[in-house]
Amino acid sequence: MAWTRDQMAARAAKELRDGFYVNLGIGIPTLVSNYIPEGMSVQLQSENGMLGMGPFPYEGEEDPDLINAGKQTITQLPMTSYFSSADSFAMIRGGHIDLSILGAMQVAQNGDLANWMIPGKMVKGMGGAMDLVAGVKKVVVVMEHVAKGKDGSEQPKLLKACDLPLTGTRVVDLVITDLGVFSIDREGDGGMTLIELASGVTEEEIRAKTEADYKVALA
Amino acid sequence: MKKVHASAKDALAGVLRDGMTIMAGGFGLCGIPGVLIEAVRDSGVKDLTVISNNAGIDGVGLGMLLETRQIRKMISSYVGENKTFAQQFLAGELELEFNPQGTLAERIRAGGAGIPAFFTKTGVGTLIAEGKEVREFDGHEYVMERGLFADLALVHAWKGDTEGNLVYRKTARNFNPMMASAATVTVAQVEHLVEPGEIDPDHIITPGIFVKRIVHVPNVEKRIEQRTVRPKTAA
Repeated sequence: MAWTRDQMAARAAKELRDGFYVNLGIGIPTLVSNYIPEGMSVQLQSENGMLGMGPFPYEGEEDPDLINAGKQTITQLPMTSYFSSADSFAMIRGGHIDLSILGAMQVAQNGDLANWMIPGKMVKGMGGAMDLVAGVKKVVVVMEHVAKGKDGSEQPKLLKACDLPLTGTRVVDLVITDLGVFSIDREGDGGMTLIELASGVTEEEIRAKTEADYKVALA
Repeated sequence: MKKVHASAKDALAGVLRDGMTIMAGGFGLCGIPGVLIEAVRDSGVKDLTVISNNAGIDGVGLGMLLETRQIRKMISSYVGENKTFAQQFLAGELELEFNPQGTLAERIRAGGAGIPAFFTKTGVGTLIAEGKEVREFDGHEYVMERGLFADLALVHAWKGDTEGNLVYRKTARNFNPMMASAATVTVAQVEHLVEPGEIDPDHIITPGIFVKRIVHVPNVEKRIEQRTVRPKTAA
């Protein structure tokens, strides 16, 4: 039994700390906002120019001037502030955001990340991903452990080296997949370490679906 | 000198020419200068280089100028859900330069502030850094990015006075303030036009020095790209 999308989000939420300013990417990372522990003060940053992002509005209360980075309608909170894109990325690039949780196509054992383009396919752009991984203090990737092809084939996404164009080099600190959790010593030469297994997942299953080299240090 | 013009067409009179570079504010469809973009379309000006975070959606915002093939090149961070864009790009009819969103914002801010180039960590070791100077500062590598300055900037503001002082609303601010400062001529469309003194000077985001021309756009249509709501739960 691998983790569901919600279980992966709940695991990612364990990386939150009281007082953190956090940027959440699109997809599973967005779900992390549902698992902020009660009593913990965490402010969500939206890179289009908002700190203190609130939940989706009630029907009929949508405001076209109030959207998140995924262009979804949202709401403000009492502590909300608005600012320009330049100020927003000053927060990001300047190292003022504590945690970035985002998706990935590939992660390498040294912390390299690829999540913005597949050559030969229509490329939509990197948006703020390159800035986030370059500037945020801690970068957590949440993704499926393998990429599933239309024919049912499975391609590993945790690799010795990424073969897709990079979003950043040596930027990922932690990878949460549906099968387990890996830490990466991106500053040093410590490489990648498997630190947790999802419920019912074996080390053997992970080994079969992982190309990257990694150590095992299960808690 | 009178900055307020009666229509978007008047506000753009004499500044549009083929091959020019135009900045357009907005993130997605939020805070886009839609009325001004429509006037650019109607002018028929072509071979434009457009600097904007996104390219609108099909037929809306900059999507209007793509449909009429008035854009030759886009400088953007994300071109998202835009079929016209994809078709023209894949057919080789449209040039595209991707910039990381923060790099794009800073290039515009720098351009407006008279800073020709700066160094950033964003993109080091990626395709974005290819052909650019990389320099080490304090043990870390940074890539040099150039400031951006346009012939014309089109911005959307919530409120403006007749001197061009602007206030934005919520996340509709985004790229508008930097772009207002980074062009030879900046034209602002404002939802509410007021007399000087009606905006608290402490609340002004873009000082009027950056804004050459203003057009009042009351009741402008503002579209929502992704309508997301939560159910009202019974108490």
